[in-house]
Amino acid sequence: MGKNYSWVKCLVLAIAIAGACPFSPALPWQAGEERMIADGAPGHAGGRLVVALRSEPKTLNPALAVDETSRDVIRCLTADLIHINRGSLKTEPSLAKSWKVSRDGRQYTLELRQGLHFSDGEPFTADDVIFSFQVYLDEKVDSSQRDLLVVGGKPIVVVKVDAYTVRFELAQPYAAAERLFDGLAILPRHLLESSYRNGSFSQVGSLSMAPNQFAGLGPFRWKEYVPGQHLVLERNPYYWKADHAGNRLPYLDAVVFLFVPSEDAQVIRFQSGDTDVLSRFSAENFVVLQKQQSVKGYHLDDLGSGLEYNFLFFNLNDLASKGLPEIAKKQAWFQDVRFRQAVSAAIDREGIVRLVYGGRAAPIWDQVTPGNKLWVDDKIAHPARSLEHARELLHSAGFFWNSGALLDAHGNPVEFSILTSSSNAQRMKMATIIQDDLSQLGMSVQLVPLEFHALVDRLQNSYNYEAAVMGLVSGDADPTSEMNVWLSSGETHLWHPNQDKPTTPWESEMDGLMQQQLVTLDYAKRKRLYDRVQEIVAEKLPVICLVSPNILVAAANRVGNFRPGILVPYALWNIEQLYVQ
Amino acid sequence: MKRQKKLVGALVLLSAFQGLILFAGFFAPYDFAAQDREQPFAAPSALHFVDRQGNVHIRPCVQNLEDPGPGAQGSRADSVRCYPLHFFVRGARYKIAGLFTSHVHLFSVEAPGHIFLMGSDAYGRDQLSRFLFGGQISMLAGLLAAILSVSIGIIVGGIAGFYGGWVDELLMRGGELFLALPWLYLLFAVRAALPLHISQWEVFLLLVSVMGLIGWARPARLIRGVVLSAKQRNFVVAARGFGASDAYLLRRHVLPQTYGVVITQITLLIPLYVLAEVTLTFLGLGVGEPMPSWGSQLSALQQYYVLSSYWWMFLPALLLIPLFLVFYTAADALQEIHQAVTL
Repeated sequence: MGKNYSWVKCLVLAIAIAGACPFSPALPWQAGEERMIADGAPGHAGGRLVVALRSEPKTLNPALAVDETSRDVIRCLTADLIHINRGSLKTEPSLAKSWKVSRDGRQYTLELRQGLHFSDGEPFTADDVIFSFQVYLDEKVDSSQRDLLVVGGKPIVVVKVDAYTVRFELAQPYAAAERLFDGLAILPRHLLESSYRNGSFSQVGSLSMAPNQFAGLGPFRWKEYVPGQHLVLERNPYYWKADHAGNRLPYLDAVVFLFVPSEDAQVIRFQSGDTDVLSRFSAENFVVLQKQQSVKGYHLDDLGSGLEYNFLFFNLNDLASKGLPEIAKKQAWFQDVRFRQAVSAAIDREGIVRLVYGGRAAPIWDQVTPGNKLWVDDKIAHPARSLEHARELLHSAGFFWNSGALLDAHGNPVEFSILTSSSNAQRMKMATIIQDDLSQLGMSVQLVPLEFHALVDRLQNSYNYEAAVMGLVSGDADPTSEMNVWLSSGETHLWHPNQDKPTTPWESEMDGLMQQQLVTLDYAKRKRLYDRVQEIVAEKLPVICLVSPNILVAAANRVGNFRPGILVPYALWNIEQLYVQ
Repeated sequence: MKRQKKLVGALVLLSAFQGLILFAGFFAPYDFAAQDREQPFAAPSALHFVDRQGNVHIRPCVQNLEDPGPGAQGSRADSVRCYPLHFFVRGARYKIAGLFTSHVHLFSVEAPGHIFLMGSDAYGRDQLSRFLFGGQISMLAGLLAAILSVSIGIIVGGIAGFYGGWVDELLMRGGELFLALPWLYLLFAVRAALPLHISQWEVFLLLVSVMGLIGWARPARLIRGVVLSAKQRNFVVAARGFGASDAYLLRRHVLPQTYGVVITQITLLIPLYVLAEVTLTFLGLGVGEPMPSWGSQLSALQQYYVLSSYWWMFLPALLLIPLFLVFYTAADALQEIHQAVTL
């Protein structure tokens, strides 16, 4: 019976994906292969997992991919040296079985696993590591990972010690150095070196190339791509992880990525059983899915707040040369910290949590979300909404009221506009609630929903805006991933980016703290430094933090070992251990 | 006679509806922007004459959950209270036709009770109030924009059809070019060029002019066709033979023939423009929050969770169907009467 069933399944698969069955079976372990034991419960081999992607991946080249869908696929195809465990948020060995840090914190010596093979059967050695970092650090390749690998203004130097030992030399101690390696895919030198040398590296990884032109150390390898429909990955028979029973992972025969362009469509496909796993969907759709949870054979997980923080901020740029006198005049309000504090005090964060997220979010008063347990500062006050306090603050800053409307000391009515991205329904709603909250202080606020690129252009280039509601998602729980936000010279220092030198004393203090935490190796000391950054943000309110949405995921009940985490990729980070029942 | 009746019936219905919209503040129980953050997506309130305890009320009442206060325990049914409906009550201030200020509302219930006859939206705002206030903007903007497009259409189409030759070629090819323009991107540019702060009145004018200016090419083509055939009719040719001037011919004989097309075009364009507002709002060119408009009420339906969970969000759309049908009926009757008179 069981045999029959698997035959039928194979047939169904074959119809669904022409010629995709059978998939290559896992190979037996070879002598000297230094496998890694994964910590999940043992499952059983076979079957396929179907997942929807919001768009087609632009490229499968790990050095060039910038969009989230490309990275989602690349994560299945490749492996890194040191990995951040999405469950514990701590680093763990990956292709490097161990590493040593020199006493000054500037040298990392990594021992690589021996006897491993790429998905095409070629052996993996230190040469592949050297080659990969050469590519990532090459300015001509223009990889987005390069910035990460420049520490203290100098690129990391990678030295081959022997065939299975590599040393990384940093210009200065770097607290989060181990975490840098997460997601940095090791490239197959034997396949890519020639195209790198002859300058055609940018074409590597295009979806039109043949599957045998790329190989990785990830759990899956590329099988088939049908434009506009799907991408099929099959088991990498050489994968180097094993379960407790000693079976070679991954369990799945194949992963099928369907291209489903909108969130609503993805929810419907998941609801009808077309896909097995769903992540990145709204709290409203969570409620919709909940209704049929028991009937349809899937389950939903609310992982609590993730690393996304949404905030309101005012334009604090130096507009002298920008020819925007109207906005420059209003900056007299925005630059007054009491004004920002009054706005913060008037905002109904609980209301946002309830109305925008149906309760599936956490109110926040600084940038570190409750989900980031290693770094959240418990001493930050969580003042309740208080219009009285807001009025007192405004009064002390010289504002006054005339028949309900708020006027500044010169008698000008307080009117400004808040920009949001019109394609982000949650932020539109947040802004609508803030507008109503601030109208109770007598402020006349206008909402301007803009198409996303038009919005970014105003925020980053023309500075032609007064206030905006935005959100950022930290790439990692570690504060180092936030350097470009809190350094006054940073590009994502949204309220006043790319400063030559810090404008305000507190920005200068933040610069110092951020730089210092970067080179401090002791966690407790770093925590104190970053706590201080959080206190400054909560007090000076360069960004008025609002809420952090919960990470919501859903999976069919037949998917085993499903253990979602709050770091991207929320659901598929342990795809090698997922199995279907 | 039958036609007359049809027209009168349609006009009565239309004016009743316009009256509701014009006096939206009076008929709406709440201000369009008032948020009740405890009541997002509340289902439409039912009116009861008999409450849960079995007491009979002469005034109909709505049953709302009484806020038990923080920390209070007890079953939800116990805390349901009946709030009787009151008529001609004082409430939020509003303006009638932008001129007179008042705060008398036709009906409401005492706070903390709430009456949402059409349910509430994502912010706990009364849908009925928003529908009535939204009509003020959408109806007027739709009507004005339709008149604007058709007026341009009459001028361009009339001239093109009447004079023919290179004038016709130039105007009609120009119109086709206009149809072929990538409007979405042009509107992005328009939004980028505009100042961020636009007053409500300016937004309204913007809405009317954008919709009106984009839409003239199709009516212009239709009117040109009618003019083209009208100018060759015997009585027009005869009038020309008697020495009538172009302007006289156009005004007296040719353009009146386009009456039917004009009326149908206007009635067809109004609902179209109500929908166009959805797109314009997305581009930041429509009326912004918290101002209501039918377009923004319809756009809530673009989301799957609204579609699948809150049926009362369809009510504005369902109400628009009979409204537009009455519009078409009136237009139909007008055209039939016109034809009967001219024949």
